[in-house]
Amino acid sequence: MEENFKRTCLYDRHVALGALISPFAGYDMPIRYSGIIEEHTAVRNNAGVFDVSHMGEIFISGPDALKFVNHIFTNDITGLGEGKILYGMMLYANGGTVDDLLVYRRGGENNYLLVVNASNIDKDYAWMKENAAGYDVIIDNQSEGWGQIAVQGPEAEKAVTEVLGIAGASELKFYEFFEKDGLVVSRTGYTGEDGFEIYASTDDTCAFWDKLIKAGVTPCGLGCRDTLRFEAGLPLYGDELSADISPVEAGLGMFCKLDKEEFVGKDALVAQKAGGTQKKLVGIEIFDKAIPRAGYPVELEDGTEIGVVTTGYHSISLDRSLCFALVKTEFSALGTKLNIRIRKKVFPGEVIKKRFYQTNYKK
Amino acid sequence: MANVIEGLRYSESHEWVKVEGNVAVIGVSDFAQKEMGAITYVDAPEVGDEFEKGEEFGALESVKAASDLFCPLSGKVVEVNEALEDAPELINEDAFANWIIKVEMSDPSEVDTLLDAAGYKAITE
Repeated sequence: MEENFKRTCLYDRHVALGALISPFAGYDMPIRYSGIIEEHTAVRNNAGVFDVSHMGEIFISGPDALKFVNHIFTNDITGLGEGKILYGMMLYANGGTVDDLLVYRRGGENNYLLVVNASNIDKDYAWMKENAAGYDVIIDNQSEGWGQIAVQGPEAEKAVTEVLGIAGASELKFYEFFEKDGLVVSRTGYTGEDGFEIYASTDDTCAFWDKLIKAGVTPCGLGCRDTLRFEAGLPLYGDELSADISPVEAGLGMFCKLDKEEFVGKDALVAQKAGGTQKKLVGIEIFDKAIPRAGYPVELEDGTEIGVVTTGYHSISLDRSLCFALVKTEFSALGTKLNIRIRKKVFPGEVIKKRFYQTNYKK
Repeated sequence: MANVIEGLRYSESHEWVKVEGNVAVIGVSDFAQKEMGAITYVDAPEVGDEFEKGEEFGALESVKAASDLFCPLSGKVVEVNEALEDAPELINEDAFANWIIKVEMSDPSEVDTLLDAAGYKAITE
């Protein structure tokens, strides 16, 4: 039986550009156009544009909105000023991760936009409602109505200001945004480069896309979105975070404010911080061109399996074979020698920092 | 549209075979290289390795994924295309000109079990 996947407003444009289309998070999404390597390199050196319309937009307002978001979010939005953004997670009571997300503090009091992963929209929305008992809030899932593009790379500012005519974009610093004429424009991204994410009506999204492509900005698919975020040390929900992986285990403790009065999952994280965790996410480099892939075992010299690869590539920007892996905590220290089994062979490697690529954000 | 060359034999796992006497020259099809995108690494066996028909003998890596290679015929590896070690992209440039291994066949009658060009074309359409 053929499944019916949703399409973003830009679907016909992807097909016209000759994209390889594949299902992702319930959508038929472009994986690559010219090729992952070309697209990846365009973002690192010039500018690329991604269709990320599949991402979820959930608006939270009402008298208890601040209190409610702080209740479900690991980071602390107390005092988060208008036009500012915070990254963090929503957790289950046992510390497992529901999703990782961005919280945008909108104009006025108690007014927030939560941007969540496409694959988790329905789950997140249901989970928010479940946890809203006793809070006077309106939870409004507007994911279907919004288009979104990400313009990323050292030339992104020029593309957004000159090609799209969004003049105010230059004023934004990393993790800031403004709203104007029905647009949400933020200096955010998932590539390790400077860049912007623009949330707009589907009509505006299509018009922006056309202008950028006409101006020579490289169309980029989800393939290079993954290679770029990987090099920058950024997690992907489902690989490095999940219901079975807490942010502490994933090395994202800095986004969990344990001094906050309360949030769902706080007690579990406090216990993990105090007592340590069984497993920890690390970066590993292997000294060969072979590529560690998700699911491959991580072993000690004697063949004992002590972990598993979550994402791996032969890094396009660095020309090194790198991966993220979840390993037993006692083998997670920088410099630890670990082997990765790739098909029938075993390749020696070493634990290194997860941020493989030096990011270029406009702080 | 992927290219299929007449006169070669093909496996359902997208390897091609060119028979030269007792030796089978083995590569991957144009269809396979197009599906994979840019090939970044060829995990090839060593000369002297022996494989059964259908056994995994190596893999091609693209940026995104590893694709296992299956030996279309039983036999012993007598030559490995070493040019692919430093230039795996040659397979993208011409999948038929750039073979991966040569195998001395232990049972040449297995050739008859492989698809011909028309049969292979049919499964890739």
